[in-house]
Amino acid sequence: MCLAVPVLLKQKRDDSGTIDLGGVEREVSLLLTPEAQEGDYVIVHAGFAISVLDREEAEATLSLFRELADSQGQ
Amino acid sequence: MLRSLPAEGSGVSERIRLAHGSGGELSRRLVHEVFLRYLLDPELARLEDSAVLSADGLDGACGALAFTTDSYVVSPLEFPGGDIGKLAVCGTVNDLAAAGARPLWMAAGWILEEGLPLDTLERLVRSMAEWSAAAGIRVVTGDTKVVPQGLADGAYVNTSGVGWVPQGRCLGRQRVRSGDRVLVSGCLGDHGVAVMLARQGISMSAHLVSDVAPLHGLVQSLFDAEVDVRWLRDATRGGLGSVLCELAQGANYGIEVEEQSLPVRAEVSGAAELLGLDPLFIANEGKMVVVVPPEDAAAALGAWNSHPLGRDAAVVGRVTEKHPGRVVSLTPYGTSRIVHLPAGELLPRIC
Amino acid sequence: MRYLSDFRDAAACAALAERIRRLAHGAGEMQFMEFCGGHTHAIARHGLRSLLPENVRLVSGPGCPVCVSSQGDVDRAVALAGRDGVTVVTFGDMMQVPGSEGSLQEARALGADVRVVYSPADALRLAVDCPGRQVVFLGVGFETTAPAVAATVLQAQRQGITNYSVLSLHKLTPPAMRAVLDAGEVRLDGVIGPGHVSTVIGAGAWRFLPEEHGLGCAVAGFEPADLLLAVAELVRMVVEGRPEVANCYRRSVSDGGNSRALAVMEQAFQVVDADWRGLGVVPASGLHFRPELADLDAGARLALPKLESREPAGCRCGEVLRGVLEPSQCPLFGSACTPESPVGPCMVSTEGACSAHYLLREAG
Repeated sequence: MCLAVPVLLKQKRDDSGTIDLGGVEREVSLLLTPEAQEGDYVIVHAGFAISVLDREEAEATLSLFRELADSQGQ
Repeated sequence: MLRSLPAEGSGVSERIRLAHGSGGELSRRLVHEVFLRYLLDPELARLEDSAVLSADGLDGACGALAFTTDSYVVSPLEFPGGDIGKLAVCGTVNDLAAAGARPLWMAAGWILEEGLPLDTLERLVRSMAEWSAAAGIRVVTGDTKVVPQGLADGAYVNTSGVGWVPQGRCLGRQRVRSGDRVLVSGCLGDHGVAVMLARQGISMSAHLVSDVAPLHGLVQSLFDAEVDVRWLRDATRGGLGSVLCELAQGANYGIEVEEQSLPVRAEVSGAAELLGLDPLFIANEGKMVVVVPPEDAAAALGAWNSHPLGRDAAVVGRVTEKHPGRVVSLTPYGTSRIVHLPAGELLPRIC
Repeated sequence: MRYLSDFRDAAACAALAERIRRLAHGAGEMQFMEFCGGHTHAIARHGLRSLLPENVRLVSGPGCPVCVSSQGDVDRAVALAGRDGVTVVTFGDMMQVPGSEGSLQEARALGADVRVVYSPADALRLAVDCPGRQVVFLGVGFETTAPAVAATVLQAQRQGITNYSVLSLHKLTPPAMRAVLDAGEVRLDGVIGPGHVSTVIGAGAWRFLPEEHGLGCAVAGFEPADLLLAVAELVRMVVEGRPEVANCYRRSVSDGGNSRALAVMEQAFQVVDADWRGLGVVPASGLHFRPELADLDAGARLALPKLESREPAGCRCGEVLRGVLEPSQCPLFGSACTPESPVGPCMVSTEGACSAHYLLREAG
C-alpha cells in the first residue's frame, strides 16, 4: 500500500502545505517532514509528505541512467 | 445493533452495486445477462449509441432515423465546465452523432428530489435550453416527477433523441477491418477527473473543466472531409479503454493502442498519479472515437485538428489481425499488456 | 512532471535491460521476490518481466496490505459498516475485498454508510463535519501508511474529537519477510525491497537479509527504470556472490529512514502479534493503539468482538502471498475467481498478485 509520488511543495504553513502535481493542488500534512521547504519536492502518500526528495541523489541516479544509455548506444 | 446482513450464500453478490453502472465488465454482464436476455430486438442487440431505423420507403422517404435514450446522474449537479442540463443535451447529441446522424429532436424527463432549490432547477433547465439551441436539437417533449427526499440525488434526467441519417451512410463494427486506424478527438479523462475533484472526500483542486460538449459538428467535419468513417463511438463512462474493449469483444480482430500516443492533460495525469487511476478508463463527455481506413487517417486527423473541439485529436491505435478479441497496450519499453474492461467502480487507491 | 517522467525514460530502461542480460548471461537460474504490491503492479503495468532474460525470474511477495488482512479483519470492517450511526471511511482499495458476509461495497448496497477517501486526514475532517456520527477509519497499511494514521489519531486526541476512531489493521513488513523465509517454501536469490516502506523505516532495516539469510536486497522506487536498476543490482550480487543491501531509491530513502515518522508511529502504536492472510499469526508484526489511546481504537470503543472467520474454500491466496504459487497455478484463477467476482483478496487489489497477473497479462 505504497502509492506515493514526488510533488512540488508550493506553499508551507506550519505543519501543512499546498502541493502541486501537473496543476492539481492539494493540502498535505507536513507533520512527518517538518524540514520541507517551499520549492522542495516531497514524496506524498495518502495526503502526508513522507520524505523530502533529495535532488542531488535524484540527479545522480539520472546521470547513471544517461551513462548507461550512452554506453549501450556506442 | 448489527443491521441484518444476509448470510453466506444467500446471494449478496446478486444485488445491484454501483460497479454495475460504471461501464466496466459488470455493466456489460448486466446488459447481456438481464436486458438482452428478455429484450431480443436485433437493433437493440447491436449495442451502439443509437438505434438506426430505416425510413426507406415510408411515404417516399430515403434515409434512416437514429433513435437513442440515456439517463444522467451526476454529483454534484453543477460541476466545473457544465451541469446536468448541459450534460443531458450533449450526451443525447453525441449518441446521435455517433450513428452519423444529424440531431433533430429530444425528450427530457426530469426526476426531482423533494427539497431541490427551485433556483437550482431553473439554472439547470436554462442550461439545457441554451445548449440544445447551440447544438441545433429541439426539446420537443418532456416530463417531470418528484420523489421524496433521499430517493434521488437532487435531480436525474432521462432523455430520448431522434436524428436523421442521410441515405447511404453506413457505420458499424461489422465494417471495421484489420489495418484500420483508431483516432480519439482529444484529451482523455477531463470530465471524470473534474467531477471527481469537485466531490467531497478527495480535497484536490485544479484548473480543469469537464469536456462536456456537443460533438455533432466534429463528426460532420469527417464527412465533409470525405473520410470513410467505419465506426464511431462517444467515449463516456469507462473511458476510451472500455469503448475499445467493447469494439474488440468477440471480433475477429484485435486493437493495439500506443500508450505514448494517448493525449492526456497534465492535470488529469497528475490526478491519476495521485489517485492511482488509469486515464484510459476515466470518463469523458466530449470525446469521439473513430475507426477509419489507414489511407483516410491523415484526412480524419486533419479535419479534427482544425475543429475547435478536436485540436488535441490523435491517432492512438490500429486494428490488427493479431490477438483477436483483445485490446493490447504497447508501452514505450517495447513491452505490451492486455487491456481489460475495468472490474468495477473507478476508486482512488493508495496501493 | 519532474522526477516522475525522467525515471520512465525508454532509453534508460533499454540500457538497464541490456545490462541485466549481460550480467546474467551464463549464470544459473535466479529468482527474486518483489516484496511490495506496488512493485507487483508496476512490473505488470509496464510489462517489465518480458525484458528480463529467461534465467531471471520475479515472484510476488506478501506486500499488499489489503491482501494480507485476514478474513476476520475484513469481516470486522463489514460488521462495523452495518451498525447504525457508524460511518466507515476507507481507502478505495478495501471496498471490494470479499469478507465471509460480503464486501464493504456490498454492505453499502444494503444501506451501510461507507465512504472512500484519499487521506486519513479527510476522514478526520468528515468526523468534524458530522458530529452526530461515529466515524471509523479503516487503518490498513504498512509502515508507509501507519504514521499518517497515527498523526490523525494524535490530532483527534489533542483536539478532543470524540467521534473519530480507527480500526488498526496496520502491519509491519520486516517480520513478514522473515516469516516467508523461515517457512522455507520458496527458493529466493534476492529481494526487491519496498521503496516507500523503506522511506519510513530506512534501507538499513533490511540488513538482516544479507546478514542472516545470505540474500541481497535492492530497495527500489516505482518507476520502470528504478525497478530495472534494482534487478540489475540483485543480479550483480548473485554473480559476484556478495549479498548486501543496495539502496536504489536514494532520492527518497535514507539508511535510517524518517525518524519523525517513526516517532509519531511509536507515540500512537505498540507492536503486537498480527494475523496475516497466508502467513498466519506473525509475532511482533502488527500495530495496536497504546493503552492511553484506547478510546480511539474503534474495536474497543464500539465493543467489536474479534471474529474468527474461515478463508474462502478453494482460495489459495495464502500460497500466492508466500510466493509458493504463481497466481495462474490456482485452480480458481480466471474461472471462479476474476476481478469482477473475486474469491480472494489477491484478485481484488490492483496490487494483488492475482489481479496484476489477470488484468495486466503481457500480450504474446
